[in-house]
Amino acid sequence: MPANMSSQALLDVRDLRVSFPARGQMIPIVDGVSFTLNHQEILGLVGESGSGKSVTALALMGLIDAAGVQVTGSVRFQGQELIGMPQKKLRYLRGKEIAMIFQDPMTAFTPVYTIGWQIDEQIRAHERVSRKQARTRTVKLLGDMGVPDPERTANRYPHQLSGGLRQRAMIAMALSCNPSLLIADEPTTALDVTVQAQILELIRSLRDTHHSSVLLITHDMGVVAETCDNTMVLYSGRVAEYGPTPALFASPSHPYTAGLLASIPPLDGPRPLRLPAIAGSPPLPQNRPAGCAFSPRCQYAHTACTIALPPYVQTGADHFAACVLPQEGKPLPPRLSDATAQEHFQP
Amino acid sequence: MLMAALRRLGQTVFVLFGISALVFTVFFATPGADPTARIAGKNASPQTMQKVRQEYGFDRPLPVQYAIMMKKLFITQDLASYADRGELVVPEITRAAPVTVSLVCGAAVIWVVLSIAMGTLAAALKGSWIDRTLMMLGLIGISIPVFWLGQVANLITQNRYHDTWLFSWVPALGYVPLTQNPWGWFKALVIPWVVLAVLFIGVYSRVLRADLVALSGEDFIRTARAKGLSPARILIRHGLRTAMVTFVSLFGMDFAQLVGGGALLTEVVFGLPGVGRLTYQALTNLDLPLIMATVMYSAVFVVLANAAVDMIYLLLDPRVRDAR
Repeated sequence: MPANMSSQALLDVRDLRVSFPARGQMIPIVDGVSFTLNHQEILGLVGESGSGKSVTALALMGLIDAAGVQVTGSVRFQGQELIGMPQKKLRYLRGKEIAMIFQDPMTAFTPVYTIGWQIDEQIRAHERVSRKQARTRTVKLLGDMGVPDPERTANRYPHQLSGGLRQRAMIAMALSCNPSLLIADEPTTALDVTVQAQILELIRSLRDTHHSSVLLITHDMGVVAETCDNTMVLYSGRVAEYGPTPALFASPSHPYTAGLLASIPPLDGPRPLRLPAIAGSPPLPQNRPAGCAFSPRCQYAHTACTIALPPYVQTGADHFAACVLPQEGKPLPPRLSDATAQEHFQP
Repeated sequence: MLMAALRRLGQTVFVLFGISALVFTVFFATPGADPTARIAGKNASPQTMQKVRQEYGFDRPLPVQYAIMMKKLFITQDLASYADRGELVVPEITRAAPVTVSLVCGAAVIWVVLSIAMGTLAAALKGSWIDRTLMMLGLIGISIPVFWLGQVANLITQNRYHDTWLFSWVPALGYVPLTQNPWGWFKALVIPWVVLAVLFIGVYSRVLRADLVALSGEDFIRTARAKGLSPARILIRHGLRTAMVTFVSLFGMDFAQLVGGGALLTEVVFGLPGVGRLTYQALTNLDLPLIMATVMYSAVFVVLANAAVDMIYLLLDPRVRDAR
C-alpha cells in the first residue's frame, strides 16, 4: 500500500448511478450520488424508504446482481476502483476490508448453523488460521461486543438469541477481519429502544477500538445526531444535503432537511398539538420531475426549481446542499434553538 | 427424549388402528355384500363358505370380526390367501419385501444424487440454457408414465436390441437375490432402478431448484455474500444445506410409499416379485386377506418413515429441535 494512504480519503464515491430495468426502461434508483468518507469517520446516510440508501450501500459492496442492473460512476476504496472490479477480486475485499451489517438480525444469520460457526467461517474465508484459532478469536470478539458468556453463546443457534444479542454477534462477525470500512444498514431499526442505544454506543466506540470508518444508514435523525460526524441526506436517489452533523442540524440548507428536522418532536416544553409534516410523498423514480425532485413538496418552490436540476452549492464549511435558495441569496433561516423553540411552542 | 419416543409410538399405534379399521370396513363391512363369498372366492362350495364364516367370525358382530382379523394378521399370522389356497399371507409379504427394498433403495440413490446435482447446477446457472435444458428434462421425466418407460426399456433391451453388444448383458426379467449373486442382483435391477428414478429426478430437481432460487433472495444469503464467501460455498453450505430440510421431508414420504408397495407399476412391468406386484395380484384376484395385509404393510412403512423424517428433521433444523 502506498505510504500516503492516510492522507487520502478511505472511500471516494463519484457520481454513483444505479439503474434498474423496468418495462424496457432504465430507472435510476440512485442518481449521481457523490461523497467521501475519511478514516475513522462516521458518516450518516439519511433518507426515507426508497430514497436509495440501501441500494447505495449494496452497490458499494458490489452486491447488486439483479439481471440488467447498471452501476456506473466511480467508487474508489483505498485508491482502488470498485465499480467494474471482477467479482473474484471484490470477494477478497468483502468481509475483509468492507464489512456490512444488516437491518434485521433475525433473518441475517443462516438458521442451521451456530453463531460461532458463522463467524469462524468468515475468519477462515479470509485468513489461513486453524479452526481452533478462529474460534478463540470469535469468542474474544463476541466478548468485546458485550455478549455475556461468549463461549456458550458461540455454540448457540441464531434463533436462540435475542435481537440485541444477534445484532452484537452480527457486528462481531463484521469486525472479525478488522475491516477498514463498516457499512451498517439500519442496524437498530429492528431493535427496541434500550438495545438501540447500546448498539449505537457500540458502533461509536468501534472507531477507537477497531479504527473503523462507519457508513451508517438510517432513517432516524435522532440516531444520526447521536452518532455521526457528517451527515448526508438523500432524497429520491440524489444527495439533498451534506455537511458536518452539528452544522447540518443547526442550520439546514435544504428545505427537505429542514422539514425532516422540524418533524422531530421537541423534548422540552409543551407538546405541539400536531408535528409539522412534509406534505405529499416522494416521487416514484420513474416519474421524477424535471427539476428538483423535492420541488412538488417544497414550500419554497418556484420556477427556477422546476426547470433544471438544482446546483450543488457550498453553504458553509464542508457543508453542501442541492438547492437554488442559497444561490439566490435566500438561504433558509437557521433552525430555532432550543430556547426559542420553547418560546415558539408557548400557547 | 423417552417421552417423545413414547408419544411417537402412541401416534403410530393410533394411525395403524385408523387405517386398519378403514380398510376393514371398506372390504369387509360393505353393506349388501357378503364378505364370506368374497373371501372364499368365486364358485365356492357351501362347505367352504361355512368354514370361512366360522373362521373369520362373520356370524358375529363387526368389532369381533375386526379383532379376529387383526389377530390373524399380527399375532397368529395364519391369515391365508383364498385365491391361492392355503398360502399364508404374512410369509408371502416377508418374501416380497426384500425385492421391493432392493428396487426402491437403488432408485432412491440414483434420484437423490442426480436431482441434487441437477437442481443445484440449474440454480447456480439460473436463466442460462443449461438451466432451461435441465428443467425441461425434468419436466419430461415427470410427464413420462413409468409403465410406458418400463415397457419401452424392455422392448429395447430384451427384444429389439438384446442381441447387440450394447444390451447383451441384460438378464431376463426377474429378480436375483443379493445374497445369492450380487452381480446378478445388480444387473437385474439396474434398468428398473433408472426407470423408477426418472419421475423422481424430475420432481426433486425442479423442487430443489425452486427452493434454492427462493433462498437466494433471503437475508442470510446476502450476509454470506457480504462475508466474501465464494459463490459455490454460498450455494452449497448455506443454500443447499437449508434447502435440505424440505428435500428430506419430501424424500421420506416418497421413499416410504414406494417401499410400502407404491412401485407397483415398475415391479409388474419388470416382473419383480415385490410387494407392489403382490398388491397388484391381490387386487386382480380380489384376494381380500392379501389386500388387507399389503395395505397394512404399506401403512406401517409410511408411519415409520414419517417418524424417521421427524428424527432427521431434528438433526437438520435446530429450530425444530428447540420447538419441542
